[in-house]
Amino acid sequence: MTESENRDYNEFIKGIWRDNPVFVQVLGMCPMLAVTNSAINAIAMGGATLFVLVGSSFLVAAFKKLIPKQVRISCFIIIIATFVTVADYTLLALVPGVHKELGAFIPLIVANCMILGRQEAFASKNTVRLSVMDALGMSTGFVIALFTLGAVREILGAGSLFGISLFGAAWEPWVIMILPPGGFLTLGLILLVFNWMTHRKQMFMEKVAEAQRSGS
Amino acid sequence: MKQRDPELLLQHAPFLRQGMTTPTAMGDVLIALTPATLAGLWYFGISAVLVIGASIAGAVLTEISFSGTERRGESLLDGSGLLTGLLLGLTLPPGLPMWMAFLGGVIALGLGKVIWGGLGNNLFNPALVGRAFLLATFPIAMTTWTTPDEAFWTFRATNFDIPFTYTEIDGLTAATPLGLMKFDQQATPLSNLFMGSTSGSLGETSGLLLILGGIYLYFRRDLDWRIPVSILLTVLVFSAILGLFDSERFPAPLFSVFSGGLLLGAIYMATDPVTSPTTPVGTWIFGIGIGLLIVLIRVFGGMPEGVMYAILLMNAATPLIDRFTQPRVFGHLRGDND
Repeated sequence: MTESENRDYNEFIKGIWRDNPVFVQVLGMCPMLAVTNSAINAIAMGGATLFVLVGSSFLVAAFKKLIPKQVRISCFIIIIATFVTVADYTLLALVPGVHKELGAFIPLIVANCMILGRQEAFASKNTVRLSVMDALGMSTGFVIALFTLGAVREILGAGSLFGISLFGAAWEPWVIMILPPGGFLTLGLILLVFNWMTHRKQMFMEKVAEAQRSGS
Repeated sequence: MKQRDPELLLQHAPFLRQGMTTPTAMGDVLIALTPATLAGLWYFGISAVLVIGASIAGAVLTEISFSGTERRGESLLDGSGLLTGLLLGLTLPPGLPMWMAFLGGVIALGLGKVIWGGLGNNLFNPALVGRAFLLATFPIAMTTWTTPDEAFWTFRATNFDIPFTYTEIDGLTAATPLGLMKFDQQATPLSNLFMGSTSGSLGETSGLLLILGGIYLYFRRDLDWRIPVSILLTVLVFSAILGLFDSERFPAPLFSVFSGGLLLGAIYMATDPVTSPTTPVGTWIFGIGIGLLIVLIRVFGGMPEGVMYAILLMNAATPLIDRFTQPRVFGHLRGDND
């Protein structure tokens, strides 16, 4: 693996695990909680966000020298809004049912702070290639997070996944899971697990470092 | 190993010790709840044992599995998990599947207590957190009330539902007194409410035994009398005022006090020392707030019963109440506490 490939890989992989936009940075909470009541909604929302993030990261990185520093945020927003409009109409044309369920949350992708955050923190300072890798990684992490939440909530709340019944008619749905409290509860428990794993890893690394110090 | 008598005992303050510890306080509440629990057994038979047992099992197992190894013995001995499970069980309908009661116990301890850092750190009453979760999750199962007048050994089929399933009840069901009042404008005789021969949650039906337990707790000094008294007075006064406007539509004051989970909630749940205010003025505000909310939810809300939400809402307000009712520090001017 060459040096630059390695860098690409790092920028991609960090968004999925180490800097996961939802579980670690806790960004993009509004779509995260609002549209994850079923797996299909979560995937559609994640796909739209992926398209918007990759597209706008590409444009912002390409035009970074032309965008004046003083008005950069509004420029980013205009670029993001363009892609959101494209995503909005595409979903409306391809999957009108899902588009109807997602409703106002598709236009609201503009306000997703994860997307603006990537432009400000990464795309406006890096090359096009790295920015696209970063955007791909971040949005893949976002899709994984949305899907995890959507799947847990749909399985418990409706006994199905992607609309396919898993346990038959006897399953008693956990109504709370498809209501807003279910989103908060599930997200909170997932964050708990994530923090616990991070903490354990930290303790492990500290132990290793100590062993090395005393060994040498 | 034989211990030698110390020749000189060195010890710092406090020197006077009171017998009250967490385990004794919890034990007192358990004793006080015994008559009401037995009444639940009497009226609902073996179902009461199954439902309460499942919720206690869920609560205690959760507490054990989430406590650190060094605290495991201690947290079990103080009996708070057992009490939470029992209180939750007493608020459940008799026909509830055992797995739901178990899940309620797990949620009550897990989300209501352990996650906050254990006993003394929780903002909301754990038993009510469990019940609120169950009511939002299984609305049908939680509002299907079987009648109390079947034989002791009547096995209600829904109790034995396989986990994660629920069958429609095929035994006798009846609306609770509050449901009858709200939806059919039909009052239940006070004597039935007092003795407990009405349908309802396992432990809430017998007003007399709940009050007896409360009196025991008061004399054991485990209970801040201001909270139940202020709740009951507020409900009485507010219902009486409403009755002046339209005595047909609004329930009578005494009916309001003895129906539903009001006594159970006012005496055993609102008085939870962890989630109620500590200052005397604060406890009055807390109780009056609960009383007002109960009547408002019952009379103007969509549900027949509102004790649970009233207590949970005032639990949330407790830190604020405590903050605004701090007494004047001796030697300072009012508002000069810092």
